[in-house]
Amino acid sequence: MFTNMVPNLGKVMSRYGFLFVQGLGYTLLLSLLTVLGGTVFGSLLALMRRSRHALVRALATAYVEVVRGTPLLLQLYFFYFMLPELLPMLNLSKFVSITIALIFNSSAYVCEIVRAGIEAVDFGQTEAARTLGLSAGQAMTRIVLPQAVRNILPALCNEFVAVIKETSLASTFFVGDLMTQYNVIRGNLFLVIEPLLVVGVIYFALTFSLSKLIAMLERRLKAGD
Amino acid sequence: MIEVVNLTKQFGDLQVLRGINEKVEKGEVISVIGPSGSGKSTFLRCLNLLEMPTSGQVIFHGVDLTGKGVDIDRHRQRMGMVFQHFNIFPHLTVKENVALAPVMLRKRGKQEMDQYALELLNRVGLYDKRDEHPRRLSGGQKQRLAIVRALAMDPEVMLFDEPTSALDPEMVGEVLAVIQGLVENGMTSIIVTHEMGFAREVSSRVLFMDEGLIEEAGTPEQIFGHPSSHRTQEFLSKVLR
Repeated sequence: MFTNMVPNLGKVMSRYGFLFVQGLGYTLLLSLLTVLGGTVFGSLLALMRRSRHALVRALATAYVEVVRGTPLLLQLYFFYFMLPELLPMLNLSKFVSITIALIFNSSAYVCEIVRAGIEAVDFGQTEAARTLGLSAGQAMTRIVLPQAVRNILPALCNEFVAVIKETSLASTFFVGDLMTQYNVIRGNLFLVIEPLLVVGVIYFALTFSLSKLIAMLERRLKAGD
Repeated sequence: MIEVVNLTKQFGDLQVLRGINEKVEKGEVISVIGPSGSGKSTFLRCLNLLEMPTSGQVIFHGVDLTGKGVDIDRHRQRMGMVFQHFNIFPHLTVKENVALAPVMLRKRGKQEMDQYALELLNRVGLYDKRDEHPRRLSGGQKQRLAIVRALAMDPEVMLFDEPTSALDPEMVGEVLAVIQGLVENGMTSIIVTHEMGFAREVSSRVLFMDEGLIEEAGTPEQIFGHPSSHRTQEFLSKVLR
């Protein structure tokens, strides 16, 4: 088996190299859309969890608990089958359905990141702002959030890295990401290990270099404290 | 100016204030002293509703602040507050700390406020630090900055919540000097403090609080010279040594 590995790898790369590039593109696109959407909805959820109204808080809490308490793969299946059913007029592609499912999932985690980031800002900051006459909203946007961003940004980047790995589950639905391409190549060449190695190296290079970048960002934010 | 009627505050089972009645007139300088846990800070924080009173009224210029539909933000603009831990905004420069609220709340135009902020900073010896970030300031400098940040809103009364308790001893003097300057210029002030010498020197009236009540009130001469309450005597004998 191992004697043929090098020539096999050569074969994989020369015939299907473009598929890895394409898969990488889809994986990055999927992850980026997920984190962007997750940031928007996650921030909204975080604000809901801090609402004055108990019902709003309860809704947001229930959302977070349900998402975190069920497997991502299950959620992907759910959206994959339910969305086209619920919204037939939109004619959603499976890529869109899966992206929405990933955003649905990521929002819950981003919500907790944003909430923790806001809560890490000393409450005295809010009190000082309020005693000057700023409203709760003004104190949040001008005093608390600018400080919370320092806590949130690195954690958000880490979420991006986590999502890159999680998008591999989306390959179950053949949405064109790296793992999808693995399945395609495996089917065409009847090679199991070699394309897997290539895909693994790509994932690792991606997440490892991003993690290093985030660590740098974190150090710079700290230094600015 | 401020009238407190039957003010109580409860945190869970803990009764922190048990019915405070007090009147503060314009130009008065009131020091609030007493053992820790006596409710001094809570009393002060109830005046601008940082703590919502459990019952009772806080009447500021004839308006009951605890009433429904009161725009508390508007009233807070007229009550400055200084905290034990400064609560300077670390993401803003020294000058921005002073100018943010007045500009945001349209009390002054941006350019006018810039000018005024520098004038205020100059008054407390922080002009040279105007463009620095607050992390480079000492505790005493931070507290002086906190005082002018509050003054920038042109408050009618200043509330000081143990303004020197978190300072290194050598920095207490510079902050007290700033407060004294304010008071001598006629700023109505309520000061929760452990600095007995200072309280005696600057106050027009001293309130001694114990177990959620104002146990004794009077001129500094009365309270420090001839306290009538047994509890006041006991407290003073412990702290004045």
